[in-house]
Amino acid sequence: MLFAAALLAFLMVYLLPGDATAVLLGKQWTPDRAEALRIELGLNDSVFAQFGRFIEGVVLHGDFGRSSATNQPVAEELASRLPATIELALAAMIIATIGGVLIGVWTAIKPRSWRDMLGLTGALAGVSVPIFLLGFLAIAAFSTGGWFDFSAAEHFGAGGEESFFPLPQSGRYSLNLYPLEEFVAQHPKATGFYLHDTLFVAESWAAFWDVLRHLILPALVLATVPMAIITRITRASVGEALMQDYIRTARAKGLSRRTIVFKHALRNASIPIVTTAGSQLGYLLGGAVLTETIFQWPGMGRYMVTAVENQDVRPLQACILIAATAFLCVNFLVDASYALLDPRVRRSGKVKAA
Amino acid sequence: MSKINLSDFKLGLFAFIAWMRKFLGRHRPAAVGFVLLSLVVGVALFGPLFVGDAMEVHQHVDGEQGMGLLTWQHPLGLDKQGYGVFTRLVYGARTTTLVALAATLLSLVLGSLTGAVAGFAGGWVDAILMRLVDLAMSLPGFLLALVMVAIFREQPALEAYQFEVVIFAVGFVGAPLFARQVRAEVLRVQSQEFVAAAMALGYRPGRILFRHVLPNSIGPIIVLGTLGMGTAILDVAGLNFLGLGGDPYEVPEWGLTLAQGWQDRPLANTQVAAAGICIFISVLGFNLLGDGLKDELDPRSRRGTVQL
Repeated sequence: MLFAAALLAFLMVYLLPGDATAVLLGKQWTPDRAEALRIELGLNDSVFAQFGRFIEGVVLHGDFGRSSATNQPVAEELASRLPATIELALAAMIIATIGGVLIGVWTAIKPRSWRDMLGLTGALAGVSVPIFLLGFLAIAAFSTGGWFDFSAAEHFGAGGEESFFPLPQSGRYSLNLYPLEEFVAQHPKATGFYLHDTLFVAESWAAFWDVLRHLILPALVLATVPMAIITRITRASVGEALMQDYIRTARAKGLSRRTIVFKHALRNASIPIVTTAGSQLGYLLGGAVLTETIFQWPGMGRYMVTAVENQDVRPLQACILIAATAFLCVNFLVDASYALLDPRVRRSGKVKAA
Repeated sequence: MSKINLSDFKLGLFAFIAWMRKFLGRHRPAAVGFVLLSLVVGVALFGPLFVGDAMEVHQHVDGEQGMGLLTWQHPLGLDKQGYGVFTRLVYGARTTTLVALAATLLSLVLGSLTGAVAGFAGGWVDAILMRLVDLAMSLPGFLLALVMVAIFREQPALEAYQFEVVIFAVGFVGAPLFARQVRAEVLRVQSQEFVAAAMALGYRPGRILFRHVLPNSIGPIIVLGTLGMGTAILDVAGLNFLGLGGDPYEVPEWGLTLAQGWQDRPLANTQVAAAGICIFISVLGFNLLGDGLKDELDPRSRRGTVQL
């Protein structure tokens, strides 16, 4: 599977038109120089030899080649962008999972009531809304000069840095206040996950707060679609579980409502929920192209768009590979988690018909 | 009686309308979706008759300040270039509907063929095709479409067809879902007597596919198609938003209108919000209708299990 993804990523270079040497040499292009570069890069070799080298580079050296636009190694450029995307994706998935499961359960325990209708309509709207409309609303509402920007209003006093609103609308941190990028580059313990770095490496509450505030809007916007999907699957599977015989037994035993819903129904409904949440996380880790563009989040999605604009193939290759790898890894973890959730899997090694 | 198959269509328009009325009466959300879609399609068909020329440039009242200015003649103001935003959105309904239809039809044809071939052939053909489908589905569709656009938009031969490239990419990316569904349907129907009979009569696979298998699996395909329209609209709008589609001044399309307003945000807020809401309404319409159809046509979700 991963091999197929690698093949796909490799073939992209082949399908892409134009002469790589023309991009690399730019104005210094002459036929002789181009030919020399071709030999140096091995562009005259057979397809198979090139593919072999590509795989060897990626697997053995983590080498994705150089970006033709910036002439930096792609692996280096990714090192700062991957944590950005992972941080955003995890934050969004935490919001989405908690919110989705709660709303799903909340609607499932009263089927066909007004709140059921409300929840399901909301979930459907959440799947249908274009992400840039949400981003636009979020920015219009919460950012500087927005509906909730009270800092300018005189009767709210000082405002500014101490107040919660307005929330920042672009980037991962306030560039003029905290030079985080240099900090991460210099500090050996820093990981590039700014929430972690500010709190545990730099031990600065102010910087942590700043990073967190930058994360809120993109994470909320990005969480909408997964949250709606998780709500729907939770509603369906918990609703089904609640109609089973063991629920009636539990009720007859006099267990509390909460125990019945969360311990019996939710646990039995957890496999489809975990599967759905897992595939959503897998998708998000591939880079949230639109959300990252809207909030100018320096992650993989933004990187891909820049690469597309620059006709820069290596970064695209790397991103596709990473996205596919992330999806497979998450799905593997999901499969592994079945054993934790369902004792039957532990014994037989596979899920009985759900 | 709720099962739909090709004979319903053969019975004619009236039978179909009667079926739709019964279905919409039972499914309130689907009825809402139907109303929303009628609105969009109505505007797409007849709107342009009433709003004038989409390519007509109007004079800004006060330079670029005219962007957020709402007047009776231009209820949503003018865009940067001097086009009436409302007029552009009305024309955009036409473009967007057609674009989504084209992309979905492409997915449907491509996916159905792949799925049918895989299902009929079995063996290694099936294995290879389905691994390809798995591969395509292990990446977010939008990401894959983005990469396809990146590959094809700079091809010298396609230089003039950037907008069509987007449609093609979105259609291609939607195909795997159809392929899976059609393959499952082929396998299901294949084991039934009438297909065995058709095979025994020595009909060609093509004939069996189009005359026996597909008519009997039209329900799930219609459901997928309806939901796919929503996804296609979102994906096309998203790619256009990233500036990978056509020229915003040439093509009146909602995603392009929105992207164009995005550049001049505080001023063109109305433009962005209006275009976004248009996209939202049409996608919501398709999703509501598709969900209702799924409840109605999918045997698994009918009565007995969950009452949604």
